[in-house]
Amino acid sequence: MNHAHHQLDLTNVSFHYGNKEALRAISFSVHCGQRLALLGPNGAGKSTLIRLLAGLLPPQTGSLLWRERPVNQARREIAYLPQVDRHQRHFPIRVRDVVAMGRFPHLGHLRRFRPIDRAKTAEAIETMNLGSIADHQIDQLSGGQQQRTYIARALAQEAHVLLLDEPFNGLDVESRCHLSESLFDLTQSGHLIIASHHQLENVTQIFTHALVLDHTQIAFGQAPEVMMDENVKATLHSCHPHDHERVL
Amino acid sequence: MSEFFEILLFQRALIATVIIGFVNGYTSAFVLLHRSPLKLTALSHSLLPGVALAAFFVGLGVLSAFFGALIAAVMIGILTVLLSRVTKISDDTVLAVLYTGAFALGIIVLQELGSNQDLENWLLGNILGLSDLDLWMSFGVGLVAVILLSLFRRAIVLNLYDPEVAASLGIPTRLLDYLSFAILILVLVTTLQAVGCILAIGLIVTPAAIVRPFVSTPETLFPLSGLVGAGGAALGFFLSFRVSLPAGASIAATLASLFILSVILRSLFRLRLPRVT
Repeated sequence: MNHAHHQLDLTNVSFHYGNKEALRAISFSVHCGQRLALLGPNGAGKSTLIRLLAGLLPPQTGSLLWRERPVNQARREIAYLPQVDRHQRHFPIRVRDVVAMGRFPHLGHLRRFRPIDRAKTAEAIETMNLGSIADHQIDQLSGGQQQRTYIARALAQEAHVLLLDEPFNGLDVESRCHLSESLFDLTQSGHLIIASHHQLENVTQIFTHALVLDHTQIAFGQAPEVMMDENVKATLHSCHPHDHERVL
Repeated sequence: MSEFFEILLFQRALIATVIIGFVNGYTSAFVLLHRSPLKLTALSHSLLPGVALAAFFVGLGVLSAFFGALIAAVMIGILTVLLSRVTKISDDTVLAVLYTGAFALGIIVLQELGSNQDLENWLLGNILGLSDLDLWMSFGVGLVAVILLSLFRRAIVLNLYDPEVAASLGIPTRLLDYLSFAILILVLVTTLQAVGCILAIGLIVTPAAIVRPFVSTPETLFPLSGLVGAGGAALGFFLSFRVSLPAGASIAATLASLFILSVILRSLFRLRLPRVT
């Protein structure tokens, strides 16, 4: 699939929690085939931006358009992947059932699971190489395998945009490599990847673009150029030392 | 002649036991996935003053009991949030204080209303005292609860597994929470008369806990919990006749024993699913 002309446009987006400003005047455009890293210190507004794009927060000012429509009207095409440890523990559910959850926007509440839903679920499991563990309980999987399961759910959803919250957190080196490859493959097949990210040393290897936030927009552009920007270096390296310890 | 009435009474009580057991068992799957048995304990105790005040003002019926219980539960819920915010005391502590207070109020109102026997019926239940109307109401309410839980199971399971993902997929999670809350109250209210507000918790929590070690998906957890709830309640009911025990207590004790048995079975036969290495 080639969706390179499918574009996400944010214009002058601001967001407040009560009196507290979380984001101010964020504007950028990305399209399918790109991998965008959201960078910034803790509390800089990365999660707020992801939640706005996922439709979990109501937009206040500015516009968030996906293919020229408000993102709230394009839920089927935008998949949200929270951190792997956010789901309820010891929940009796298999990998294939978690992947099948992605079919909800196509089925709604009452429609029965159809052959097309079964086929899309199986295809997503196959693409993410989960066939051998499809009947395992989700809690029995490693962090990397759970991350692949959630990407498979997004594929079953037939989403064009994947929003990932700190996807590399808690993964071992091997799982990080596999996830990087998966993200690369996804953009090759026409998806747009947007992920909040903390590991500054590998931004240019994993992502094509970067957006640096500190409530306001510090920089946006191709990842190598953004990472060389002096303002960006000042912002990212002013993070609390504890953040770096956790990240690196 | 009296034997005939005894058989009729026994049959009606048995049918009620099986219906209430199945509905509670089916609902217990939701309670287990929601991880809310302790909050549900508080909820069931706080229903009592609502039911008692409804009886006092408009007379006792399933409908007045439901709305009385609903108002009491909502008031306790709102007061818990408010007082917890104002006092900075944890909501669990505030809830514990409020539900015991509400429970005490319910006992006082019921005592003022009628005989000690009525009070004991609400506390410990009287499955043999159910009328035909009670039986039909239990059947109707149970049917509605099971149908709603089945119809919306896909969204309910997704919401329980990860509410943020559910919301991002367009599921009205807040509405679903309210619906689930209403279903729980409905089921609890119809169970109160049969086994009382204390033992009702055993029925609405235990069946899914018995089944959980042997199932790997919510699709099997719900119906199997319903069947175990119906079977366990019926077994408890029979035992109460054989050994002359109070029916509600016998049902709750049987379900608790089946839970212990399921844990032993799981340990003996290592029925857990293999771990991924």
